[in-house]
Amino acid sequence: MDLNYSEEEYAFEAKVKQFLKDKLPQRLSDKVKGNIRLTKADMEEWHSILNAEGWLATHWPVKYGGTGWTPVQMHIFEEACSAANAPRTVPFGLGMLGPVLIKYGTEEQREHYLPRILDGTDWWCQGYSEPGSGSDLASLKTRAVRDGDHYIVNGQKTWTTLGQHANWIFCLVRTDTECKPQEGISFLLIDMDTPGIEVRPIITLDGEHEVNEVFFDNVKVPVSNRVGEENKGWTYAKYLLTYERTNIAGVGASLNGLEHLKVIAREQQLDGKPLIEDPYFARRMAEVEIDLDAMKTTNLRVLAAVQGGGAPGAESSMLKIKGTVIRQEINDLTRRALGPYAMPYVHEALEEGYNEPPIGPEYANPVSSDYFNNRKLSIFGGSNEIQRNIISKMILGL
Amino acid sequence: MDFNHNEDRRMLENTLSRYVREQYDFETRMKIAGADEGYSAEKWAEMAELGIIGALFKEEDGGFGGHGFDLMVVFEQIGRGIVVEPFLGTAVLGGGLVADLGSDEQKAILDDVIGGAKTLAFAHGEPTSRYSLSDVTTTATKSGDGWVLNGHKSVVSGGDSADTLIVSARVSGDRLDEDGIALFMVDAGADGVDRRDYGTVDGYGAADIILRDVAVEASALLGGEGDAFAAIEKATARGILALSAEALGAMEVVKDMTLDYLRTRNQFGVPIGRFQALQHRMADLLMEVEQARSIVINAAGALDGDRLEREKAVSAAKNLIGRVGRLVAEEAIQMHGGIGMTWEFSMPHFAKRIIMLDHMLGDTDHHMARYIALSSAA
Repeated sequence: MDLNYSEEEYAFEAKVKQFLKDKLPQRLSDKVKGNIRLTKADMEEWHSILNAEGWLATHWPVKYGGTGWTPVQMHIFEEACSAANAPRTVPFGLGMLGPVLIKYGTEEQREHYLPRILDGTDWWCQGYSEPGSGSDLASLKTRAVRDGDHYIVNGQKTWTTLGQHANWIFCLVRTDTECKPQEGISFLLIDMDTPGIEVRPIITLDGEHEVNEVFFDNVKVPVSNRVGEENKGWTYAKYLLTYERTNIAGVGASLNGLEHLKVIAREQQLDGKPLIEDPYFARRMAEVEIDLDAMKTTNLRVLAAVQGGGAPGAESSMLKIKGTVIRQEINDLTRRALGPYAMPYVHEALEEGYNEPPIGPEYANPVSSDYFNNRKLSIFGGSNEIQRNIISKMILGL
Repeated sequence: MDFNHNEDRRMLENTLSRYVREQYDFETRMKIAGADEGYSAEKWAEMAELGIIGALFKEEDGGFGGHGFDLMVVFEQIGRGIVVEPFLGTAVLGGGLVADLGSDEQKAILDDVIGGAKTLAFAHGEPTSRYSLSDVTTTATKSGDGWVLNGHKSVVSGGDSADTLIVSARVSGDRLDEDGIALFMVDAGADGVDRRDYGTVDGYGAADIILRDVAVEASALLGGEGDAFAAIEKATARGILALSAEALGAMEVVKDMTLDYLRTRNQFGVPIGRFQALQHRMADLLMEVEQARSIVINAAGALDGDRLEREKAVSAAKNLIGRVGRLVAEEAIQMHGGIGMTWEFSMPHFAKRIIMLDHMLGDTDHHMARYIALSSAA
């Protein structure tokens, strides 16, 4: 065994770090570090910096403007970006639709849509979930009825992340009701400006607007906007989901969170001594650090196994469960580390340009709200319960 | 043995339960929690009229209750409605200290408190004291007949709206000493009292309070010059019982909502409650909430007894409530899926309150350490 990267990989890592040092605007990394809300313009800014470098579409083949990186290179890149507090790229066009079009789209679709994803012309959102479907995705009801060269779409999608910024949505729609639920689904690309589409915000428990409901009322979609064959959308949907679950371990985010926690635990006091010296707290911190250390390697083992072979399969379910549990534990400990100052919450303090002095330590304000917001990690993208079902079925054969 | 409340308390419970259901429904609660005042003077007056505040005081202090089980009954219902009114600061901590230490003259304020005309808050915690009760650096210095106070009090529950603050300050001794702490009644509008009001994550009102050369008269001193620690510990014990009962009430609601959801939410063609993975977790949740009820009963029973037993019982309660609270809040959100993450739905607001209760008057770890220390002292 050799637990080190190859020489080329170390060289690559150095190159990535240098790039981040030179090109990542401090204004953006400060915002990410301070958990200040990123605006649409912030996300677009980082997107275009990466695009200029040719480092945007880490999953795509070079032919379509991607990097052609190996899974280990992608991992190195992700980890370095997290450590530098770079904003995360919006995954819907780059990480999800892109690979689907590359594998299943027509040459025309690829030529039209892929460059627009890269240059930021199109902001995609995901039209998968519906009220009542949840993790039972195949039960979706949004209907698309063929009418000449068009489909007429009626129905409702939900949990549409950042849909308020999007100008395009990729949707799973039901094109046949007389068959098993997984059959009769098609994959449509829909311009959000089409008449009959309405986007309504969903406010989450932390008071933030990140997700939306999208309503379709007799929305006319050209048949040429369908990806792949009619009624075969489930195949493409599943393929997309495997990409949604890559990098789901979130090792970078957890490492960052742990570092932040340690800084706080050193600064916070208990009976006049640093909290980090308290045996109860120290034990919890050590446990999660050990878990994370192991998961880092589990993650790399999975990546090494799929090196050159595309997206991981059921193994990504393990990474999702373990990754989210660890991240949520770090969030919980960070909340606890603040003691009573975990309670105050000033919503406006998350906005850029807020100038009032903080209540309590300067890092306190977003901590509890993050804890609550990150409860979503074990729910979305196939809940951890569904991931356990996948593990027991696909890996254990139960 | 009899685990039923007596008839007076059952009546109190019914009255408050009906009031919360009919006059303090979720929509009303969210409106009050979202307003600047931090509570509703109108609702507060109504609840005072129903005798809810009086139920938290003993007869000799002008009330008609004030025992552990009275606190349990009232706060369980407050938890069931996630009521944001300032019961803790006014009736339990502030009011409790005045009742315990006050002269007849000072205790006159309790009539107004019980009648709903005045609110109090206990300004005790400081930016670096965390949950320690003896870590007081705010100073009180003698000046003529009176005193001058200086210091910073942090995250004072109800401090944003209180008329009178009960402020702890050190008159002698070192930072962590139990001896040398005194209490003062300070008008919230007094010169040199600088309040920074804010809301908390779960929608309650609080404040950081800076005291700069605040001059108070000799009559502001509550009890002796520096022997207030025992009273602070006792009032805090009452507060811990109250918050534990509140968490219990909120957990019961969350448990019922989750159970209802498992029975009615269909996925893969069946109610999700048919899945054994969820059944077992719901069974655990039920067991843990029953354990939480038992530990609250223990604390309520020990509240008026011997000091060591009382303190062990409340630390045990706060520790267990913290552990069960986290389980209930997190499991309820998880089992509800996406809907459990939304602002519009009531359950997540209960979950937020349950989690935040762990940050008041000592968290799980604090009370674990304290329980161990108290046990070895026995």
